[in-house]
Amino acid sequence: MSRSLGNKDDAFLNEVIEATPGGEALVTCLQCGTCGGSCPSGPDMDHTPRQLFQMINAGMRQEVLQSNAPWYCVTCYYCMTRCPKQIPITDLMYTLKRMAVRAKLYDDSDAPDWSSSFIGFVESYGRSFEFGLATRYHLTHSPLRKVGVGPMGLEMIVKDRMPLRPERIKGIDQLRTILDTAKSLEGV
Amino acid sequence: MTEKVGVYICHCGTNIAGPVDVEEVARWAKENLDGVVLARDYRFMCSSLGQELIQEDIKNEGLTRVVVAACSPHLHEKTFRTACSKIGLNPYLTQMASIREQVSWVTEDRAAATHKAKMMVAGAVRRVQLQEELQPTEVPVNPNTLVVGGGIAGIQAALELADAGHKVFMVEREPSIGGHMAQFDKTFPTLDCAACILTPKMSDVGLHENIELLSYAEVDSLSGFVGNFDVRVRKKARYIDEDACTGCGICIEKCPKKVVDEVFEAGLGYRKAVYRPFPQAIPKFPVIDRDTCIYFERGTCKACEKFCPTEAIDFEQTDTYLDLNVGNVIMATGYDLFDCGKIPQYGYGRLANVFTSLEFERLCNAAGPTEGHILLRDGVTEPQSVGIIHCVGSRDKQHHAYCSAVCCMSALKFGHLVMEKTGAEVYSFYIDMRPLHKNYEEFYDRLLQEGMHFIRGRVAEVTDAARLPGEDGKLIIQAEDTLIGKQRRIPVDMVILLGALQPRFDAKETGLKFGVSAGLDGWFTERHPKLDPVATMTDGVFIAGTCQGPKDIPDSVAQGAAAAARVQGMISKGTVLIEPIVATIEEARCSGCRICNTLCPFNAIEYLEDKAVSYINPALCKGCGTCVAACPAQAISGAHFTNDQIFAEMEGLLYDVIGSNGATVKSPQPALEPA
Amino acid sequence: MRYGYYPGCSLTGTARPYEVSTKAIAGPLGLTFEEVEDWNCCGATEYMSLNKTAAYALVARNLALAAGEDKPKDLVAPCSLCYLNLRKTNHYMAKYKSLGKMTNQALAAGGLHYTPGSLNVRHLIDVIVNDVGYEALGARVTRPLTGLRVAPYYGCLLVRPDLNGGSFDDTEYPTHLDRLMETLGAEVVDFPLKTHCCGGHMTQISAETAYELIRRLLHNAAEYRADLLVTLCPMCQFNLDAYQTQVNRHLGTDFHLPILYFTQMIGLAMGMEPKALAIGQEIVSAASVLRKIGTAVEVEEAPQTRRKRDDKSLPMPRIREG
Repeated sequence: MSRSLGNKDDAFLNEVIEATPGGEALVTCLQCGTCGGSCPSGPDMDHTPRQLFQMINAGMRQEVLQSNAPWYCVTCYYCMTRCPKQIPITDLMYTLKRMAVRAKLYDDSDAPDWSSSFIGFVESYGRSFEFGLATRYHLTHSPLRKVGVGPMGLEMIVKDRMPLRPERIKGIDQLRTILDTAKSLEGV
Repeated sequence: MTEKVGVYICHCGTNIAGPVDVEEVARWAKENLDGVVLARDYRFMCSSLGQELIQEDIKNEGLTRVVVAACSPHLHEKTFRTACSKIGLNPYLTQMASIREQVSWVTEDRAAATHKAKMMVAGAVRRVQLQEELQPTEVPVNPNTLVVGGGIAGIQAALELADAGHKVFMVEREPSIGGHMAQFDKTFPTLDCAACILTPKMSDVGLHENIELLSYAEVDSLSGFVGNFDVRVRKKARYIDEDACTGCGICIEKCPKKVVDEVFEAGLGYRKAVYRPFPQAIPKFPVIDRDTCIYFERGTCKACEKFCPTEAIDFEQTDTYLDLNVGNVIMATGYDLFDCGKIPQYGYGRLANVFTSLEFERLCNAAGPTEGHILLRDGVTEPQSVGIIHCVGSRDKQHHAYCSAVCCMSALKFGHLVMEKTGAEVYSFYIDMRPLHKNYEEFYDRLLQEGMHFIRGRVAEVTDAARLPGEDGKLIIQAEDTLIGKQRRIPVDMVILLGALQPRFDAKETGLKFGVSAGLDGWFTERHPKLDPVATMTDGVFIAGTCQGPKDIPDSVAQGAAAAARVQGMISKGTVLIEPIVATIEEARCSGCRICNTLCPFNAIEYLEDKAVSYINPALCKGCGTCVAACPAQAISGAHFTNDQIFAEMEGLLYDVIGSNGATVKSPQPALEPA
Repeated sequence: MRYGYYPGCSLTGTARPYEVSTKAIAGPLGLTFEEVEDWNCCGATEYMSLNKTAAYALVARNLALAAGEDKPKDLVAPCSLCYLNLRKTNHYMAKYKSLGKMTNQALAAGGLHYTPGSLNVRHLIDVIVNDVGYEALGARVTRPLTGLRVAPYYGCLLVRPDLNGGSFDDTEYPTHLDRLMETLGAEVVDFPLKTHCCGGHMTQISAETAYELIRRLLHNAAEYRADLLVTLCPMCQFNLDAYQTQVNRHLGTDFHLPILYFTQMIGLAMGMEPKALAIGQEIVSAASVLRKIGTAVEVEEAPQTRRKRDDKSLPMPRIREG
C-alpha cells in the first residue's frame, strides 16, 4: 500500500474507510469544499466535512470524534450527490457518529440520545412510536422547550395524527434475533 | 536445433534488477534452454555499450538469433533490431521479452518475479529460433496533405506545410475557418485581440496558392495507407455559386428570417437564414441554412435571389463529392464546450444571468451581439458584481475527471475585462489555481493587484432564492471558502461558468473514420504521451490541437507546427518503409469463401473474381491476425506470427509443465526453488 | 397493476392523511397495493447512527418479507425516507458484497433471506407519473385546480442519493411533481428550493437549526406567492406544517402556508370530497386557499413570440433535452 509510506499514522483513516461502504474514495478528496458549501447546517458545524476529512488524514482521532459536525448532518445527501470525487460523505458522517458513540467522545448528549430513544422503541415494538418518543426524549432533555412544542403535540393528537398507544409487530422476536446477530457480526 | 541464440538480460538500473535476480535468469537460460550458446546480464542493454555487446557476440560467436529480455518492445524493439541489422543479422531474427512492464513492475515477490522472467525468456528463446528473415517494402509518399479542421491548430499546420511548398487540402465543417479562437475577444496572458492575431493567418490560408480550402465540407471516408491515402470529401450544398458570388452581403441584408446563432454566437446572438458567421469569415461566401430558410420551409420568398447582383443564389445546388489523394493527414478537429445545463445547481438555462464562458467571449467581443458591452441578459444593465466559477464539468468524476487546462487563465482574463469595462467587483471560485505556462503566474499576480477576489472553494450552488439582507434580486453563489473553513454566500449580478473542454460530439465516429483511437475520456490518443505527441498508432495520420486533449492557443499552435514538421519529414524523405509483418493467403488452399474480406478492419483484403480467391494488399495490411484466425481453411498465415512461432512461444512460457524439448515431461526441473 | 406496499411508521401516525389519500386514489387509478405483512420500521435516519449492519438488517427484513415468487416485484413506499432506506439497502447489499453477506447472515438467524436486486423499490409518485401516466391522470381530472398557485416541494430523499444513476428524477432540479401539478390544472411556481432540506430530524436535536431551514423554504414559497406547498414526504410535511407556528413565534415571521400531500391534490382534482382525503387534519389549515378551486381567474396573455423592435435582450440558452 503506497499510502502507508512515510511516517504518517493511517490507523484512524483506515478504520474510517473500513467502516464505510465505498469509503475508499475518501483518500481521493480534492479539498474542494463542495460538501461544506452545500451543507444546509454547515454554518452550525465546528468543522466542515472537508476539514474533517483532512483531520482524518492527519490522524486527529480525538478532535474528529468530538466534532459536532456529524450530528448536525441532516442526511440531505447534497454533499454526496455533488462531490466531484463521488465520496460517500453522508455514509462517512454515519460512520463518525457510530465511532464517536462507541468511543464516548461526543460531549453533547442530545443527538445520540435522540437516536437511542428512537432505536429503543424500534427494538421494543418493531415500529417507531412518535408519542412515546416525544414525551420520553423531550422530558429528559429539554423540558423548557416543551413549553413551545407542547401545544403542537396536543394539536397532533386532536387532529388524529399521533396515536397514543404503540403498535407491536408480530415478529418482534424474530426481528430482535436478526438485530442481535447483526450486532454481534459487527462485533458491537 | 541448429540456431545459435544469444540471450541478454537487462538490469534497467534497478528497475528490473531490483525485483528480478537477473544473474540467476541468465545462468538458468544458458544451462537449461536448447539453442542458447551464451547468456549475459548487463546494466543498460539499450546503451550503446549494451548494443555493442550484442554486435560483438554476433561477430565473434556467430550468433544467428538474439533475445533481449528488457522493457516492452514498444520502447526498444527498434533499437535492438537496428543494432543487429547493422552487423548483418536480419532485424526480424531478434526477439524481446518484456520482463520490466510484465514482470518487475507488477510482481512484488522476488522469487516469483525471477521465475516469471525465466519463463518469459524461455518463450522468447523457443520462438526466436523459428523466426524468419523478412524484408520491409518501400513505397513512395504522396506530397499532398489533408488537414481536417480549420481552427488555429489546423491553420498553423496548413500554413507551415504550404509555406514549405507543399500542397494542402483543408477541410472545414463550418462555413468559415477560424474555429473557437475566432469567437474569442482577447487572449491570455498578453490580452492581444484574438481577431487581430488570427484573421491575418486566416486570410493567408484563403489566399495561399498551395492551400485548397474546402469549407462547409466534411471528410466522408478515408482509405489507403501512409503515403497513399484516398480521401472522399462531401462538400455540403451552400446554395451559393462560389464562382459568381462576390461576397457583397446583399443577400444577408435582404433575408427576412432571423434565427438564434447557436454556433458562432454561442446562442447569444442572431443571424439570418443566409449568413456568414462573422465579417472576416474565410471564405467570404455566405451559406443558406436549409433548416431555417423560408423558401425551403414554404416554397416562396427567394428575397436573396431577387437582390443578388451576380445571380449567385442557386436553390437547386446539391451536396457534391470530391476524391483526393494525399500522403498524410493532420487531424485538428478541436473540442466542444461542456453542456453547462448538466449541472442544474448552477442554474444555466434557468437563471437568465448565468452565462457560459463562450457566451461571455461573445458578450465581450466588439463584433458580438452587444458590441462588446458587458451586459446582463436584458441587454441593457451593466453588472456591478460578477462571479466566475471554475471547473464546471472538469475535475468531476460525474462528468470529466480531467482538468480542462485553460479555465484558470480564462478566469483571469475575464476578471480583467469585467473590471476594465464595467468596474464591477469580480469573484473567482476555484479549487486550485493552475497558471502553468510562461508569464501566466505573472498574469495571476497582476489580477491580484487589480483587486479581483479569489475564493478557494468549488461552488455548491447558484440560486435566486434570497434569504439574507442584500440578496434580493441577486444571484447568490454559495460555497465553502475553504481557506477560512466557512460557508459563504456572495450575491452577484452575473455568473460566468467556465465549462469543461470536451471531445467533439462525433469524435468517436471521426476516430473510426481515420483509424485513430481515443482514451476513456474521448480525446484522441497520441502514439506516445511524452515522446511522440502528435503521431498516432496509424502511420501517416497525425493529431494536433484540442482534439488530443484540452490545451490553450500556444500549445495548439505548437502542436500544429509539430504535426506539420512530422509530415514534412515524410515528404522530404519521399518514401516510407512498410513493415513486412503482414498476412498472406495461400491461393491453393483458399476456397474463396470471402469470410476474411469483411472481417479485415483495414479493408486490406479484396476478392479476385478471375481466380476466385481472396488477396491481401500488403501495403494496407497491419498484421493484426484477424483473418488468420478466421480462415476456416487455414489458408492465411501471418508473417512473424505463424502458428509454429506462437505455439513455440507458448511452450516456452509453459516450460515448467512441458520441459525444454517441447515434450511433456513427468518430472520437470523446478525452475522455482521452494522458499 | 399490483404492487407490494410498505407504508412505514409515519403513515400510521403523523402522516395519516397521506395514507388515507393514497388509499382513496389508488382504486380509481387502477392501482392495487398489497401491504407487506408484519413490516417493521426502516430505522429512519437514526438506526444507522448507532449500528451499521443492524441498520441494514432492519431494512432487509422488510425486503425479505416483501420478496417472493407470488408477490409483486415492485415495492412501493410513499414515504421518502422509507423509500431511501429500502432502495439504498437493496443497492448496497448488491454493490458491497461483504455488507450483503453479513446482512443475510443476520437475516438467516431469523429464518429469512433476501437476494439483493430481486425487488424494484419505487416511490409512490414514480408509480403514479410513470405507470398511471400524465395522460390517464389528466383524463380523470373533473375539478381542475385552476387558480391555485402551488410550490412543488420534493425534499431530499426522493431524488438523492443518485446510487449509480438510479435516481427517479434529476437530483438537483426534478420536474415530475411540477408536471403532475400542471396536469391537475394548478399554476406551478418554479420553486428554487424544491429539493432543499426541511430540517429532517434537526427539529428534535437542534431546533434553532431546523427553524432556520424551515423558514427559508416558507419564505421562498411566500416570495413566489405560492398558495400552498405540495409535498410527497411525511417528514417534510410534518416539519413544515407542525412547526410552522413555532417558526413564526421563534423568528417573528407570519407565514400561513398550508402543506398538503400530492395524493390529496390528485384526489381533489378527481372530484373527491376533502374529508375523504383527510384534508382538515393539517395543522395549518388549507380551507381558505382551497376555496380558490373552481373560481375563474383571468388567463394571462400568451407570451410574445415576436421580438419587439426595441427589445435589446439576449436570447436565453436553449437547453438540450434528456
